[in-house]
Order: sequence, then C-alpha cells, then structure tokens
Amino acid sequence: MIRVQREDFDVGAEIARLTEGRHEIGGIVSFVGVVRDAAGGSRIGAMTLEHYPGMTEKKLGEIDAEARRRWKLETSLIIHRYGRLEPGELIVLVVTAAAHRQAAFEACEFLVDWLKTKAPFWKLEETGTGPRWVEARGDDDEAAERWVAE
Amino acid sequence: MKLLYFAWLRAKIGIAEETVEVPVDISTVGHLLEWLKRRGPRFADALQDASVVRVAVNQDYVPWDHPLRPGDEVALFPPVTGG
Repeated sequence: MIRVQREDFDVGAEIARLTEGRHEIGGIVSFVGVVRDAAGGSRIGAMTLEHYPGMTEKKLGEIDAEARRRWKLETSLIIHRYGRLEPGELIVLVVTAAAHRQAAFEACEFLVDWLKTKAPFWKLEETGTGPRWVEARGDDDEAAERWVAE
Repeated sequence: MKLLYFAWLRAKIGIAEETVEVPVDISTVGHLLEWLKRRGPRFADALQDASVVRVAVNQDYVPWDHPLRPGDEVALFPPVTGG
C-alpha cells in the first residue's frame, strides 16, 4: 500500500492496521525516517518537502511491486509525507511483513534505498543563512545500485 | 505540450508549469532542453548544467534521446532527495 500525505502518522497504529488478523506473518520490519536538526554543518530549523503529485504515487507503486516480485512478502506499506516538517517529525515509513525475517529485512532496505533515488521528492532546508535545496548524495545512488545486479 | 518544473529549477525559472507549442523539429527531450535554454536568461541559467537535470515524460524517467509527442507531460527537475 502506498500513501503520500501531508499529515503525520502513528507507526504503531499503521503496523497494527496493516497486519491485523494476518497470522501467516512471522516477521515485521519497519523503517522510520525522521527530520534531523543539523546537516552539512548547519542547524536546520525546518524543511519543506516538495513532490510531483501523480508521479510520486506511480514510482512508489512500481518500487513496491518490484519488492513484491523479488521477495515473498505478505504485505507492505510505504507512507511518505510532504510539506513543511520540523526536526523530530517523521518523514517516511516503510513496513514489510513476511513469514520469515530475512525477506522482510531485505525488502525493507531495498524499498528505502530505491525510494530515495527514484521517488520524485525534493527537500528545501531552512538554515541560519537562508533556505538551501538538499543535493542528491552519491552514497544514496551507490546504495540503490547494489540492488540492480541482483 | 505541458511542461512542469520542480524544486530549484522551478525557483530559477519562476514558474511551476506551462503549456507550450514547441516547433515541429523539437523531436527529443534533448532538443527540448536546448530549445528551452534559448527562451530567456532564466531558462538558460536554470538549465545550463544538464548533468543536474532529470526529465520525466508522462511520469516516467527518460533519457535525452527519448522521442516527444504533442500531448506529452514533460517534467524537469533536479536529482531527487526524498526519504
């Protein structure tokens, strides 16, 4: 399941709703992305996440389908927020559930790596010296690339 | 053709979206980028370094030689930074 939303989310409630009554599930892995208060040596007051409505949902759906193709998952969930977020606020939730832990661990890591490099989001940070667009990181590309050969 | 701009490309160009009639000889994404750069200083500045411009046609990433059709939705944006 894919959700792109401005609102906050409750990790426990989301996992409970996703897996309720699904007794074939033996392991649940979650990744929660949080806004930091510092980046590149600057204090961050807040950040604004911009996205491309339509393409965002399409790409997240494709990434989710690819994870389901590669691993035997019972269910999965991606929630990604947009809009203005302050340090400590949650940005993204990825949940994978499977009969056994290995598929859930691997698929969750894959989903996070791929959404960072394929989902059309951009971050504008508010720093002491003014707003600053976050640049894409080379190590994010490398993290995503390592799944390509498999 | 509908054009969309995001993040600092939108900020530099000054608009988020527009509908344009492109000349018939603009047949690929690469041609479109060169044509856009000639539309004015804001476009030239925003698009000067193609290595930091990503393009999606109808919401899929495409390479520079991707062919264009009249009804396409073309989005230009920097490398993504979500997650």
